[in-house]
Amino acid sequence: MYSQLLGLAGGVALVAAVLALWRRSLLAIVRILAVQGLAIAAVALLLGVHHHEVAELIVAAGVLVLKVGVIPMVLSRVVRDAPNQRDTQPSINTATALVAAAVLTVIAFGATRRLVDLAPSPESELIPVGFAIVLVAFFGLVARRNALTQLVGFLLLENGIALVALVATARVSLVVELGAALDLLLAVLVLQVLTSRMRSKFGALDLDRLTELSD
Amino acid sequence: MNPGRIGAVVIQIVFVVGAAPLLAGLIRQVRARLEGRVGPPIVQPWRDLRKLWRKERIAPEHTSWVFLTAPLVLVASSVVIAMIVPLVTVALPLDEVGDLFAVVSLLLLGTVFLALAGLDPGTAFGGMGASREMTVAALAEPTLLLAVTALAARAGSTNLAAIVNAALDRPSVVLSAQGVFALVALGIVTLAECARLPVDNPSTHLELTMIHEAMVLEYAGPDLALVELAASMRLLLFGALLANLFAPWGIATGTGVVEMLAGTVVLGMKLVLLGAFLGVFEVFVAKLRLFRVPELLAVSFVVALVAVTASAFLGGGR
Repeated sequence: MYSQLLGLAGGVALVAAVLALWRRSLLAIVRILAVQGLAIAAVALLLGVHHHEVAELIVAAGVLVLKVGVIPMVLSRVVRDAPNQRDTQPSINTATALVAAAVLTVIAFGATRRLVDLAPSPESELIPVGFAIVLVAFFGLVARRNALTQLVGFLLLENGIALVALVATARVSLVVELGAALDLLLAVLVLQVLTSRMRSKFGALDLDRLTELSD
Repeated sequence: MNPGRIGAVVIQIVFVVGAAPLLAGLIRQVRARLEGRVGPPIVQPWRDLRKLWRKERIAPEHTSWVFLTAPLVLVASSVVIAMIVPLVTVALPLDEVGDLFAVVSLLLLGTVFLALAGLDPGTAFGGMGASREMTVAALAEPTLLLAVTALAARAGSTNLAAIVNAALDRPSVVLSAQGVFALVALGIVTLAECARLPVDNPSTHLELTMIHEAMVLEYAGPDLALVELAASMRLLLFGALLANLFAPWGIATGTGVVEMLAGTVVLGMKLVLLGAFLGVFEVFVAKLRLFRVPELLAVSFVVALVAVTASAFLGGGR
């Protein structure tokens, strides 16, 4: 039951990364990010309950507050003020991007097979999932032209790293985890300010506009 | 061959043919109720079929044998599928034939014939519908194969009856992350293959978006009745396969009369639940723009591929 729930949570996180590549509505993408955060929190919670570790439970609570609560809230505020509610021009067409995501997933599973074989356990089986999320999210980051979707891509990427960190370390250091979380929050806040500056300056969130000179 | 096994095949065929229009009627009824309409009674599709059946058989000028054969091929392929896939019981005489690849190719046979029949009269709509149908089929069939392969990898066989048996023995075959992915992928494929929302709207004839209706526009009378019957049979077969692969509990494992009767009742209940769910689902979704349909199917393909990859790399059957 434990390994199945763990697999399910990891799976939901990976599917969320793929769906973020498909959807165009900015609000939907932010919601997908929140769902992925929830899946990561569930993984931390499962680990904590199974190994009877309080530190993991605190991490789970922190992830829940930060990735399901604060960050999506901040981002949905940005979306509400955005001039355009959709990311209309991904630089790579969506079908191609999805096929690329499929290839990246297979690569991630293939490349991390040895890692899983080192110590096969329900936890280590999530390592390839985490890697797949990292690759797919990074691809999304490259494929999108909108400041907000790029920001979400960055956060999805970070979620993947967090997932790998959670399942690969035997005993996660609370201080390290909190430090990373705080860094992340700071980055999001800075980028939020940046996007709102962009909007007031250019009236759009399209990053291509930054390459042109304007006065 | 013992009479119980032949009886099982007969029961499956009778069930599929008899219940398919009722399932379509149920979905319409649920939709109508949720939209605040009274809606046609559940047996209305059967009445429509009877009415169509009594009419004169007529084919457009300059059509070839393809046009008249296609409805028969469509119904025949569905009947054959009803004979070989485990619906009411897993103990079927044609067990070895009930392979995943056989079933998918039979489905594709019907699809191809219908597309050819759409092209045959040479009308603009028919050709348009056929081209759209083939676009959807070309993307949906690989996903269908992949999604079931994810289960097959864990069950150790591509035989559908063997997969259902393995799932009955070891629930972990379907109750896993891979199983959930396969279910999502197969669900999307079912919607696409059966021309339901959000891929196609079965209740309108809007030229900009229709797929299935565009192909069968030239059919009338008994031929139309056959096409409609085959379409609802496919919906039922897909629904029953979804139900039996992912929730096999209740299917008969032998060919005893009581056992098979219970299996039929359980299958009927599963299908009623599924039909009600589909009806509710269709109220809440809008049709996708046509050029976003391949993207939806690409999503289901990726999900199916994730399921297979996970099954292959992370050791099956654990």
